[in-house]
Amino acid sequence: MMRKLGHQKHYYLMLLPGMVWLVMFSIVPMFGILMAFQNYNPGAGLLQSQWVGLENFKYMFQLNDSKTVIVNTFIIAVGKIVLNLLIPLIFAILLNEIRSLRYKKLVQTVVYLPHFLSWVILSTIVIGIFGYYGVVNTVAGMFGFDPKLFMADSGIFRQLLIGTDVWKEFGYNSIIYLAALTGINLNLYEAAAIDGANRWQLIRHVTLPALTTTVVLLGVLSLGNVLNAGFDQVYNLYNPLVYSTGDILDTWVYRLGLQNLQYSLATAAGLFKSVISFVLIFISYRLAYRYADYTVF
Amino acid sequence: MVRNTTLGSRTFDMANIVILGLLLISCIYPLWYTFCVSISDKSAANAGLVTIYPIGFSLTPYKEIINDRLFFNAFWISIQRTVLGTSFSLLMTVLMAYPLARPKKDFKMRNTFMWILVFCMLFNGGLIPWYLTIQNYHLINTIWALVLGGGVPVFDVILIMNFFRNLPKELSEAAVVDGAGPWSILFRVYIPCSIPVLAAVALFLSVYHWNEFFNGLVLMNTSDKYPLQTYIQQLVVNIPVGTNLTPEQYKKLSELSNRTLNSAKVFIAMVPMLIVYPFLQRYFVSGIMLGAVKE
Repeated sequence: MMRKLGHQKHYYLMLLPGMVWLVMFSIVPMFGILMAFQNYNPGAGLLQSQWVGLENFKYMFQLNDSKTVIVNTFIIAVGKIVLNLLIPLIFAILLNEIRSLRYKKLVQTVVYLPHFLSWVILSTIVIGIFGYYGVVNTVAGMFGFDPKLFMADSGIFRQLLIGTDVWKEFGYNSIIYLAALTGINLNLYEAAAIDGANRWQLIRHVTLPALTTTVVLLGVLSLGNVLNAGFDQVYNLYNPLVYSTGDILDTWVYRLGLQNLQYSLATAAGLFKSVISFVLIFISYRLAYRYADYTVF
Repeated sequence: MVRNTTLGSRTFDMANIVILGLLLISCIYPLWYTFCVSISDKSAANAGLVTIYPIGFSLTPYKEIINDRLFFNAFWISIQRTVLGTSFSLLMTVLMAYPLARPKKDFKMRNTFMWILVFCMLFNGGLIPWYLTIQNYHLINTIWALVLGGGVPVFDVILIMNFFRNLPKELSEAAVVDGAGPWSILFRVYIPCSIPVLAAVALFLSVYHWNEFFNGLVLMNTSDKYPLQTYIQQLVVNIPVGTNLTPEQYKKLSELSNRTLNSAKVFIAMVPMLIVYPFLQRYFVSGIMLGAVKE
């Protein structure tokens, strides 16, 4: 026992580099939040800048842009959360019904791939496909349709974002469901089949119940993402013509802060997002712990 | 599996094979299309004639890339940041995971540190404070901004910590009896027992570093410091922001881009990922499942 307590200084030593990093790159920036309550002047710095209380927040919520981006962020994020739970679920169930192991393996190998490609690469490809001279317009042209500017159409931009995100992630997101499916006792299928259950009834009463816990748990844990609409994707796909439906909090903060240099306003908008997300994640962890006995650490 | 041979069941099987086949094609076709555009004749590609196979044949874009100093420069920066960033993060992660995997009676401050870590994972100061901090450290325009930017991925620390905790206690107890201290227990017992997890985490980290473009965009001031993804991103997104763009102007702008050359660059940028993908695939399934390990 004494020896083990003697180990403690080594434990501190092991934690030291990581903690130094966390203080430097995670905790020090948190003090920058003060900018949100100041009229920050880069020349004067954090200590000398003028304090303005909640003025930045008031001003932010008066801007029409802020309402647009909050609504956009919410709609896009919730759309992604819901479909990223359901489509992989359906995919996993369909894959589970495939009898040829080789075909199953082939499908899995290919559909996991897009997850590992960056949005920079994929958005170039998406623009190549949906662009004015892209393959969609080429094929539509063969059927006599006029080419359209899909990427500049604010009416379909959200659908495009959600659709391409689900396309990128559905394979990868199905892994966790497939793992849950391997845990099903095959005798259950046999017993149900002997009782006269057909294919649909087997899926409905054996496969699906085995997945409900996972779906609920993933749903609860994704609560913290309702303001995460996916910066990388939006930033690489959007343009000023689709700001009305496609501009999100993160891209707005980026343009306000690093392009227009309105540091205080951008920090306030960022803080608004961070606080809401933090509270939601906290709630979701509590819920997951209480109802699914799930602990993150 | 139960064999059910009714007509309905067989129809379902056929439909299922077709649906999954279409999904498979949807994931492979965009990559194939990009490749086809890159080797097609320039005028055919620009007019949008390519659909499922190359039209004409030309290697001009690839020849241009060979002479493009900036492209290779960006490629090299990406390799450097991936190697340095992955090693740095992995070392930090392992060093933090071991003490945190000790029970509270062995390491009294364990829970305090854990809460600090989780707080840092869930809350952040936002973009502007983060940017100004890195600026204050004078890291802007150096590769260290990219390497250190990845830093300590708290989620991976928790993942490895959970794995360490599930290793049999006898391992470390036997080592202690043999007179091993914490450092040799970590490096000679725990790490050799955790190679598959560490490989999975290392692969995830390198995918992150290879794919990351935003730090490159924000923290680098000159294009000769850009990593590959940022370089590619600059090729495509050059639409002036904040101007009153009309759809007509947008169309003009998209006509200006060199589709064959851009496709070739995107394709080359994909190649390293396609090469490591088979190795990646061996580990990521187990990697994901580790995230779900309970206490």
